[in-house]
Amino acid sequence: MEPVTQSLLYLDDISVVFDGFRALNKLSLTIEEAEMRAIIGPNGAGKTTMMDVITGKTRPTAGEALFAGIYDLTTLDEADIAQLGIGRKFQTPTVFDMHTVEDNLLLAVKADRRAFANIYWRRRAHERARIDELLERIRLKDQRFRKASELSHGQKQWLEIGMLLAQEPRLLLVDEPAAGMTDQETADTAELLRDIAKTRAVVVVEHDMQFVRDLDVKVTVLHEGSVLAEGSLDQVSANERVIEVYLGR
Amino acid sequence: MRSLGILDRRGLIFIVLVLAAGVLIPLANLLAPAGSPFHVSDYLVPLLGKYLCYALLAVAVDLVWGYCGVLSLGHGAFFALGGYAMGMYLMRQIGPRGVYGNPVLPDFMVFLNYKELPWFWLGFDHFAFAALMVLVVPGLLAFAFGWFAFRSRVTGVYLSIITQAMTFALMLAFFRNDMGFGGNNGLTDFKDILGFSITAGTTRGALFFASAVALAAGYLLCRALVTSKYGKVLVAVRDAESRTRFLGYKVANYKLLAWTVSAMLAGVAGALYVPQVGIINPGEFAPANSIEMVIWVAVGGRGTLVGAALGALVVNAGKTWFTGALPEAWLFALGALFVVVTLFMPRGIIGLWGDLTSRLRKPAGPVPAPKPAE
Repeated sequence: MEPVTQSLLYLDDISVVFDGFRALNKLSLTIEEAEMRAIIGPNGAGKTTMMDVITGKTRPTAGEALFAGIYDLTTLDEADIAQLGIGRKFQTPTVFDMHTVEDNLLLAVKADRRAFANIYWRRRAHERARIDELLERIRLKDQRFRKASELSHGQKQWLEIGMLLAQEPRLLLVDEPAAGMTDQETADTAELLRDIAKTRAVVVVEHDMQFVRDLDVKVTVLHEGSVLAEGSLDQVSANERVIEVYLGR
Repeated sequence: MRSLGILDRRGLIFIVLVLAAGVLIPLANLLAPAGSPFHVSDYLVPLLGKYLCYALLAVAVDLVWGYCGVLSLGHGAFFALGGYAMGMYLMRQIGPRGVYGNPVLPDFMVFLNYKELPWFWLGFDHFAFAALMVLVVPGLLAFAFGWFAFRSRVTGVYLSIITQAMTFALMLAFFRNDMGFGGNNGLTDFKDILGFSITAGTTRGALFFASAVALAAGYLLCRALVTSKYGKVLVAVRDAESRTRFLGYKVANYKLLAWTVSAMLAGVAGALYVPQVGIINPGEFAPANSIEMVIWVAVGGRGTLVGAALGALVVNAGKTWFTGALPEAWLFALGALFVVVTLFMPRGIIGLWGDLTSRLRKPAGPVPAPKPAE
């Protein structure tokens, strides 16, 4: 099939209506390969709903959502979309508490996802090497055999980012990665995301302006379900409408 | 402890004990003279055999509840369907020895003026066919049920309620005389199984042994599933279902597989139960039975398999004793047991045992002073 667009992610005129409430209102957005984008906006701006649409959790009422120019995201389910290469990190760290750190990564490592295939699964050297490399990167090497439930909040956030990387996605959606982190952890997380964005597209939803400044990337401001402004953080901060929305004038 | 292989130390002890009981108890019944301290009475063998079937059933419930988070309140349906499949074979084995002496039709059909055998009874005169149906009928029902429920993402208490409704509906259906399964009397008066008299001591012993082997094999099968990567995904589904989905796993398929395997194991348990108790009737579909199974698992320790089997043995032994000694008190005792376990032993007997042994291994010495917070 001929790609409709060169963009990795292409959202056009997406609307989501819940019982008359327009969570998204003709939202259009494109993300290029290996681009990092920060999405900001007040509560209820539609940030999470947008992520839900991209990952197949919510079906849009109208509009078009294409991945890599050929895959129609509005017809696929969460598992299909994840296998296409879209990874998602939730706002509250969601890891498998009863599994070890290693097993959390093992479940995420790109591999056959079918039920029967996983009954006969055997540990392979390349998988182990991949997990070693990930543990190194998310600084959890010493925690390998600990249960994920025993990790600190910041460590869980990083484990979840590690799980995202293990999936080898082409696009990562990251919801408030800095929430509840110390200043040092926040700075480290920005560093890690910038590093990841060298090879993959990353979309970060964030409230913490300092963190967005640390990321130093193009910013999209959402308001009432549509794009209000786009540009560098300095540009959008100077935008009249953005100031109005944020200060509620 | 080694994590390789499917059997840990606890599992190995369990398998050895079950198989040893499977051999020794029938031998003690057949060989030891009646006065000897090693003698196991004729009454006890089928009773213990019944417990083994319940234990297998509990393992099946634990596979879906303990590892996959699917709380079934309708596993009695799969158990009873397996039992009915076996009961139909046993009915056909009676042949012309029934009260009415009809060589083809079971007594209840003659009584209800059936002219010929209903189509769904065809084939049940062959043991192999009946054995196949023991797996296929519960498996198929579970597959169809799970297909719709898991794909529609029915979870939690809603799923539990519809499993309960399923077994209740089947109970009402099987109570009807014109269903062709003997109505409220069910199937009974069995004579032979595979040509051996069903009341003979040797047959009882063989059935007991078969139950022990089935329990051991069922345990091994479940253990193989839960220790594989498939099992890790199952636990992931239990703890964070949507996370698992966003990792690219088709959650419905994972649940469906465990659910169907569990139903088939329950069917096997039912099929072994029926010749040992000598009857199957629609009462086995009663919702209360399915709830009791969940209590066995909770008492023994959810998500451990061995605990589920242990819970089934302990609770049923208690039930036998109570219903003999204080018949009115049994339901109160069962209720109290459930409350005590829920409040004080959330991980069941197995969890309590683990806590006790780990406390014994670290004898009370000087308690290390807690480190001041940094």
